[in-house]
Amino acid sequence: MHGRPRKAPKPEDEAASSAKAQKLRALQTQFFTFHHNKIYTKEAVELSAKLLEINPESYTAWNYRKLAVEHYLNLPDCNPDSIKSVLDDELRVVENALRQNFKSYGAWHHRKWVLSKGHSSIDNELRLLDKFQKADSRNFHAWNYRRYVAESMKRSEQDELKYAEDMIYTNFSNYSAWHNRSVLLSALFEKKAGGFLLKEKVLPEEYEFIHQAIFTDPDDQSGWFYHLWLLDQTVTTDSPLLASSWPGHGSDVLLVGDRCYNGSAFSPFSALHSDSGSFPIVLYFNQPVGGVNSSTVTVECGFNKNEDLFWKPLSASNSQTAQVWVAHLKVPSSDLHSTVEVSVGHSKGIISTRGFVYSHPSMFSFKVHVQPMERDSSQVSVAENISLREENFKVYGTQSEESIIDSFDQLIIKNGHETTASNWRFEALAKEIECFRELLSLVDCKIGKLTLARLLKAYDAMSYPFANKLVHSEEVLELYSDLMKLDPTHYQFYKDEHSIVLLQKVTSSKESLLQHCFQYKDSASSAICDPICLRLNNLSLSRMGAFEKLLWVQMLDLSHNELQSIEGLEAMQLLSCLSLRNNKLRSLTTLEPLRKLKSLRILDISYNQIGDQSIDTTRYVCSSPLSHSVGSELNRDETVTSDVALINNWEAFFIFKDFNLNQLDIVGNTIADEKFKSVLVKIMPKLKQLDGKLLD
Amino acid sequence: MDDIPPYPPIDPTTFDLIVIGTGLPESIIAAAASTASKSVLHLDPNPFYGSHFSSLPLADLPSFLSSHSTSPSPPRSPSSDDPNEFSLLEFATRPLYSSIDISTFSPNLDQHSRKFNLDVAGPRVLFCADKSIELLLRTGTNQYMEFKSVDATFVGDNKGNLWSVPDSRAAIFKDKSLGLVEKNKLMRFFKLVQGHLAGEQDVKISEEDLQSPFVDFLNKMGLPPKIKSFILYAIAMADYDQEDTGVCRDLLKTKDGIDQLALYNASIGRFQNASGAFLYPIYGQGELSQAFCRRAAVKGCLYVLRMPVTALLVDKDTGCYKGVRLASGQDIFSQKLILDPTFKVTLPLGSSPPLPLKEKLPFFSLKDDKGKIARGICITKTSLKPDISNFLVVYPPRSLFPEQVTSIRLLQIASNLAVCLPGMFVLYISALCNDDDQGKKLIHAVMNTLLTVPLDSESNAAVQSETAEIGSAVQDETSESSSGGPSDSGEEKPTLLWSALYSQELTLGQVDFICSTPMPDGKLNYNDLIDTTFKIFQEIYPEEEFFPETSLENPEVDGDASPET
Repeated sequence: MHGRPRKAPKPEDEAASSAKAQKLRALQTQFFTFHHNKIYTKEAVELSAKLLEINPESYTAWNYRKLAVEHYLNLPDCNPDSIKSVLDDELRVVENALRQNFKSYGAWHHRKWVLSKGHSSIDNELRLLDKFQKADSRNFHAWNYRRYVAESMKRSEQDELKYAEDMIYTNFSNYSAWHNRSVLLSALFEKKAGGFLLKEKVLPEEYEFIHQAIFTDPDDQSGWFYHLWLLDQTVTTDSPLLASSWPGHGSDVLLVGDRCYNGSAFSPFSALHSDSGSFPIVLYFNQPVGGVNSSTVTVECGFNKNEDLFWKPLSASNSQTAQVWVAHLKVPSSDLHSTVEVSVGHSKGIISTRGFVYSHPSMFSFKVHVQPMERDSSQVSVAENISLREENFKVYGTQSEESIIDSFDQLIIKNGHETTASNWRFEALAKEIECFRELLSLVDCKIGKLTLARLLKAYDAMSYPFANKLVHSEEVLELYSDLMKLDPTHYQFYKDEHSIVLLQKVTSSKESLLQHCFQYKDSASSAICDPICLRLNNLSLSRMGAFEKLLWVQMLDLSHNELQSIEGLEAMQLLSCLSLRNNKLRSLTTLEPLRKLKSLRILDISYNQIGDQSIDTTRYVCSSPLSHSVGSELNRDETVTSDVALINNWEAFFIFKDFNLNQLDIVGNTIADEKFKSVLVKIMPKLKQLDGKLLD
Repeated sequence: MDDIPPYPPIDPTTFDLIVIGTGLPESIIAAAASTASKSVLHLDPNPFYGSHFSSLPLADLPSFLSSHSTSPSPPRSPSSDDPNEFSLLEFATRPLYSSIDISTFSPNLDQHSRKFNLDVAGPRVLFCADKSIELLLRTGTNQYMEFKSVDATFVGDNKGNLWSVPDSRAAIFKDKSLGLVEKNKLMRFFKLVQGHLAGEQDVKISEEDLQSPFVDFLNKMGLPPKIKSFILYAIAMADYDQEDTGVCRDLLKTKDGIDQLALYNASIGRFQNASGAFLYPIYGQGELSQAFCRRAAVKGCLYVLRMPVTALLVDKDTGCYKGVRLASGQDIFSQKLILDPTFKVTLPLGSSPPLPLKEKLPFFSLKDDKGKIARGICITKTSLKPDISNFLVVYPPRSLFPEQVTSIRLLQIASNLAVCLPGMFVLYISALCNDDDQGKKLIHAVMNTLLTVPLDSESNAAVQSETAEIGSAVQDETSESSSGGPSDSGEEKPTLLWSALYSQELTLGQVDFICSTPMPDGKLNYNDLIDTTFKIFQEIYPEEEFFPETSLENPEVDGDASPET
């Protein structure tokens, strides 16, 4: 069925197909007459069968037949025999249609529908399936239907597993069979069926099995997909875990009304300027979860009632699941020194998107110190002008290092729960790494390199809490660099992976992180203290990552990279100053994550490619088409519809209307003409400075 | 054979071609000549079709073998002075089989003699993509036959283990004995060969490599010894030890090795319901000759069985061939004659042949191939391997004992191919050898490794004594299992019910004004025999096409050729 050359139609074929079309048209006209008049006589039903045998894609005819079946089943003289004969007829029509085209969605669906009426036998269906799966062993319609039949007729997973295995032995180049194997094993794991109780017993055998396929023919991709699933099963812990939080456990948060307090006693990771009378608590989980609320997460403090806290998911989608959750804790305007205790998951309710319950309750606490406002904020803010230029940075002073070293470990949460139970995961990964090093010594194989990179990355991630460093990051970076050269078609993918690994490496140790921490010191500024800026510029990053270690960052320099997207940046809730200068952002919608950053005041998106392309393709590559929210709330906004300029720039309106910016740089983008700038000023009345020019 | 039933005289008495013997080459030539509108008379002294390619009932096999094992009787009184214008040259039979050794351990097998169809020239199979299949399809002869798939190939060792041969991608994947690196190397080698055959530019094998010995090329590819042995002996079917140039009479070149691989590869999966690379005809290999005879008969060939020929009629003056004298006394004339390798022409004692004949005489005796082939037929009640009934086993050189210089092949065929009583299995074993003793040793080595030979038969003593000469490993194995102890595999070895061991002469085809067809060769399939047959046909009818394309009678041949499941 696969890899067959397509032949150009011969003249006689064309003649035949036009004759067929003629016949089909006549049939169809007749059929629609019956359908519209709800005629379900024997002749009428037979006509639809004839139509479907020629054209199984005619879904209207399938629906008509469903109505006809309902009609017959509701007749007063209906008895078991007549039901059987009606349903048998349907099964026969479906079979004939499938013979015509065994990839017809309508036909397979109709068969499911007939089966739901409680007819036919599992033997019968399996016989039919065997026939179709022999004719085309990869036909995913048949495999889908097979799963449906097996499930609805209670065929054991073990039997199905055996069947899939036989199919794999016949020809292991079979995506559908491998996929079915993964589905069946997942079901068995979930059921904790005998022999499938322990993943640590089953997965090594599966690895052994898939190695046979991968080593036999590394060019065949179906096996690699299954390997990827196995790797996922090995690496991912079932129940979600809290990976990091802000504030970190044991940290001191200093809140000043206006600007940060220059006290060496306080870590730069936890001092915060707040002008809204609140500060965020950020929970960063290792996988997307739902059900985070004031009953599953309790915050004990002297100045805020737990019930008042509203936890918000931070994700691009509108769904109620996210990897990052935030709540804002209101603080009194008077002096305060208080301890806050946050307990996560002591009552059940946090559930991962894969359906696993958060089962390792954890607790962290921190101290809050509030200093009330000393001056009139408006006066200072106007004069403020932050410019992330080279001369304004200086290496983060050694005098402060102590505090950073102390607080670095607070950045992530070390989960001890899984360590003893996951020895087998280490062993499995180590074995895989060895195995794929061997494969690569035999053949030069792109997907082998990619898999080795993934394995090493997973191994590092797993051992990080113990080793406190990423042992293989250099090798992983090299592999991805190699892949970029070897496989230019997927350059961007490798580049993204490379970026993330690089970021993980940078954030993996105090020393490396310190190299990127700078003190901002603007000679013209009247600032009392020098804020810490994380500078990740000139790293040729195409993606951002390692957010779990960067929740504390308030000032971030990502200039001179190759960022096309800033997905995930919404996790950095403390961000107040961000430079994306000289990147490859192509549209305003790529800025969507920034809408969730309530503290963002200063943004530099100059010298990007916004407006280069008239069609915004990023809108179509968002994680899920349904999740995309751009425009959904637009129509409800009356201010827009009244203003022509805003309608023409509705994307700009959508992105910027929620911003609280003081300062924006947008020069060097195609979109940024004078007219557009005037629109921006209109959208953001609070904006004080645009492209370095003070606004009135 | 002496009782010749009275036959009505054959009419007409002149033909374009007379063919004597119904072996496969003779039958193909008869069919080809008939198709080319020649008048053909096809004679066989035997009451059955197939001659040395036949499949015979259990009781008939020993008598057929022994009838061809004796030296020719001295010619009767000189008869060269026939009153007419011909000289008579008497036919004699050549001894083709020797060291015939029949052992029966189950006395009642004879009662069911006709339930057996034992191949005289086994083991033999058809590769799904080889010349015999092409010929069957092209001539429509496949409509007279049915085939089944030989399901697997194994390589045996001296411990009685049978290792499956990873001969395809699926088989490599499934194989339990190969390591991951070995799997990768083997599959890459197959891909290289496939790429080379498909003419892909970047995977071309250099001309220098193609001309070098195949075994050197395999070494160059870094294939481990186990895989090398699989490729050389179980896929490329090399006969002689390729790594010992001292004993190797037929060193395989890379080019030929790759052709063999291509044939094997094209054979796997050619027919949907044939899982392996080989086919075997239901009712035995003798069916092939018979099918071509039917094909010839449809085209007008005249058949007379049970009709020995006694003498050759030669023109007195020119020494040219004129015809043959039948045992019935009738003289039949033809322009051309094809002779079964059984026959040779003897000169009357004391007389010198006519002058022109003298020059031709040296060619009358068939060219003997170097060496012989030892064959063995064993009947058992259980399969050598559970759950699989029809399969091939190859014992590469040196796999059974150090002095083994040729590979030994064994084919197990079950009763579902209608060759034996239900529930029984026929094992065909063969190996090339220099002489009868060496041949026996080879066949016995396999039998002792795989079978339990009952002790209560007298002929068994011979088998047991042979064992002593063979490597001690084999000896140990035999004594262990015969003393009732469990064998290595933990399974009882099948018990031998009946066996026939014999050595067969290897003769090549001969092309002269009288042409002789070859004896069954030592190969596993018919490729070389069909090549020779084609050459003989071309020689006698250079202007005729060998089964022209138009003779295709059944357009849906492909469907018909697929074996039953």
